[in-house]
Amino acid sequence: MCRIGAIKSKKPVYPSAALRLMLPQQEGHDNSGFAMVMQDLSGVFAMYKDKPLLSMACTKQGARMVEDYMSAKNFVKMAEWLPVPNKKKNLDIQTMPYYIFRNYDYPEHYDDKESREALLLDTRLALRKILTESNQGYVYSFWPDVLTLKEIGDPRDIATYFGLWDDSGVLLSKNIIVQCRQNTNYKIVRYAAHPFFLQGYTLCANGENTFYTKNKEFQKNLHRGYIGFESDSQNFLYTLHYVLHELKWSIPYYKHVITPLSFAEIAERPDKDILLSIRQSLAHLEINGPNTIIAGLPDGRMMTCCDSKKLRPVVVGGDDTTVAISSEVCGINEILPDRNFEKDIYPNEREVVVINNNLEVIRWKQ
Amino acid sequence: MEAVKTQDIGVNDLPWKIEHNPERCTMCGSCVASCTFKSIKVEVQRKSVTVSEANLPEPVHQQIAMPVIKQVASIENACRGCGMCEKICPNNAIRPVRNPDNRRNLLSRDHGPIKRGGRTNLNAQRTLDKIIVGRISQMTDPSLDSIRHTFDIRSPLGRILSAKELPFQMEDGKLIATKKNPPVRWIYPLIFSDMSIGALSTRAWEAVAMAAAYLNEKCSLPVRMSSGEGGMPVKLLESDYLKYFIIQIASGHFGWNRIIKSMPKMKTDPAGVLIKIGQGAKPGDGGLLQAEKVAPHVQAIRGVPKATLSSPPNHQGLYSIEESVQKMHLSMNAAFGFRVPVAIKCAASSTSVSVYNNLLRDPYKICGGFFIDGIQGGTGAANEISLDHTGHPVVSKIRDCYNAAVEQNAQGQIPLYGGGGIGLTGNAAADAFKMICLGANGVFCGKILIQLLGCVGNEQGRCNACNTTGICTQNPRLVKRLDVDKGAQKIVDYVLAFDAELRKLMAPIGNSSLPVGRSDALVSTDKAIADKLGIQYVC
Repeated sequence: MCRIGAIKSKKPVYPSAALRLMLPQQEGHDNSGFAMVMQDLSGVFAMYKDKPLLSMACTKQGARMVEDYMSAKNFVKMAEWLPVPNKKKNLDIQTMPYYIFRNYDYPEHYDDKESREALLLDTRLALRKILTESNQGYVYSFWPDVLTLKEIGDPRDIATYFGLWDDSGVLLSKNIIVQCRQNTNYKIVRYAAHPFFLQGYTLCANGENTFYTKNKEFQKNLHRGYIGFESDSQNFLYTLHYVLHELKWSIPYYKHVITPLSFAEIAERPDKDILLSIRQSLAHLEINGPNTIIAGLPDGRMMTCCDSKKLRPVVVGGDDTTVAISSEVCGINEILPDRNFEKDIYPNEREVVVINNNLEVIRWKQ
Repeated sequence: MEAVKTQDIGVNDLPWKIEHNPERCTMCGSCVASCTFKSIKVEVQRKSVTVSEANLPEPVHQQIAMPVIKQVASIENACRGCGMCEKICPNNAIRPVRNPDNRRNLLSRDHGPIKRGGRTNLNAQRTLDKIIVGRISQMTDPSLDSIRHTFDIRSPLGRILSAKELPFQMEDGKLIATKKNPPVRWIYPLIFSDMSIGALSTRAWEAVAMAAAYLNEKCSLPVRMSSGEGGMPVKLLESDYLKYFIIQIASGHFGWNRIIKSMPKMKTDPAGVLIKIGQGAKPGDGGLLQAEKVAPHVQAIRGVPKATLSSPPNHQGLYSIEESVQKMHLSMNAAFGFRVPVAIKCAASSTSVSVYNNLLRDPYKICGGFFIDGIQGGTGAANEISLDHTGHPVVSKIRDCYNAAVEQNAQGQIPLYGGGGIGLTGNAAADAFKMICLGANGVFCGKILIQLLGCVGNEQGRCNACNTTGICTQNPRLVKRLDVDKGAQKIVDYVLAFDAELRKLMAPIGNSSLPVGRSDALVSTDKAIADKLGIQYVC
């Protein structure tokens, strides 16, 4: 079982906080990798928050291929952070030669939100294709104010390698979504490690999606960004993106899509016609099986919800400056030991919890 | 003494021979009286016997006349193996025995093609039995508890729009419908397939209808029943129970005069309308109701004289799929004010995917279901050559249609229902579950229902006369053999077991709602089947 976590804070926090949130939760194969998406960045990228940030791991040749592509497409390099790794002996990490985090300015004529969103997605997909076909690396995200770091190994050692324990002021953000496990049940691929990212939406999931095949068959022709499917948790992200970004429905309907109410419950509702239509039209996006998801939205809000039988845990706890979401409470106890734990929320199977940018926790039943 | 001719029919030419044990027989005559086909008769034979009537043996040789039970050596009266004689005999003195040496196929065509009911006898292969539910929740995720968890076992009937086509707009964070959606009913995934009053005796039809109503009203299972071609009793059309029925219109349009006349008086809408284009048992052929079954009440419901009723092979005036959509679908939709889903039933065919594609792309979006009927479907009457030599298996066809929809991102938009051989071995829930995993939204069965009422017909040529046991007959004497209440109860009990068995299959794969298209739940021990259906091959 993957443990997942997220921190949302009024003050920027270091990745070490995310590590301290996750490490106490270790069981079994947990802590076989580290994957983190940071949003609303401070540190080295604070000046370039409106410029798309490319996060990738690659070979030298891969880096050159990406550079060639980006300059051919008239992206202008703005800022860059190339981590200087700590190559201490006996670190449990499967490294790539280069880790590149680089801001670009948009090419000319991409002035509106929609064309920029499309451009960033198409660019990431193109880079992914180039790197995959040549087996020269991985590109995780390309989006303003979003940084993704993923690697295989022990998260403690990965943090040592990247200097994340140093709290050096390089990497800082108000929002972090994190997960510390490789896909131990299937092929271990970097793309299979959540959190996953698509056009500002970040998501990680703890669980199994037993409707993976149904979801995948439906999603693969739904949007050009719905690719990969290395993990059954990607389905959750694509559905989130589809409901919020493509259909432009509000968050409550995401829950109605992935875990629809039973027909008997729908019949009792005043909005039954709407709910039934959703269940009908998006039947193939229903998820089944045990899971919890944590998602980050493009505007910085975070949310969590569970499967319809509440077969996987999640807890939300916090104080005035920081709220954390975590699979298990021991993680939150580690980073927020002084919070009022009586206010911790253990969402139920029909509940959705959203944390807005003022750290207000909004919760409702589906 | 007469000379024997090679063309003479002997009992050994017939498919079933009567095995009669005179020592057990009391000559009560019940078997002869109950034989539907007049295949046995009482005859007086001269016998040469030696008897001794005294205390000490005093054998006397006599020639005496004795009554005997004898099989009639005639093709017309050939025993069909229905076993009524065996059922009624108090002394177990008589039974039909299959005769492998029979010459039925050669001798039965004196008056034209062989006609019979039942299912195909040649294509009874079981693809579904070579498929196993192989993806079991084991540690990766928990199996559910089939008894304690809740399961949402419902299937759509009606045209479903893609999410982007839904007439919704967001207002203050809430979706508001700006227009009506096409009607969709969420029903139980097992539909009682179309068997008409006429094909069935009124009492048999009533038993099936009672079972459907009971399952809805007492068991909360929204099972729907198709009327079959030929209409429904006016009393039912004008009752609240109409909502449990799917009214069928087939190429003969039989019964629609009454249905149309009843429309203003209908208290509720029917569950749906099913346009029958073709039938798996006799694809490319119209319905057939032999004159002997066109009893007065059938004449009244259908508005016809006593004559063999052969429905045309096509709906007259429809020469293309577009025509069908525009004429049949639109007029049927309009007839019920666009409140009732209109679905279409075709015989499975190499062309099924083309039809399905066309319907999926229809701009009016008014086809509410695609029913595919495979070669193993049953019928009350058809030419045997159609039953045995025409048709198409349904399993791969459902899969092909589902895959075609996946390619267009239209899966689920026109619900797929598969039939024809579902429950052939008596295990309808397993069949249904596998069909659903392959992409069907639900299944329809007919034959199994009449088997529950007592039909003994099978795929090895037993009976298949469809006028024997009081189920598929209009002969008042035979009709009385069916106990309507008991029959309905049998069907109800079977469907309740079906429901429990469906949960028993959903629970181990960890699904609480129907796994439509969840092909990863299935594996096959047959490589060719696995490859064709796109599921895992295992051995």
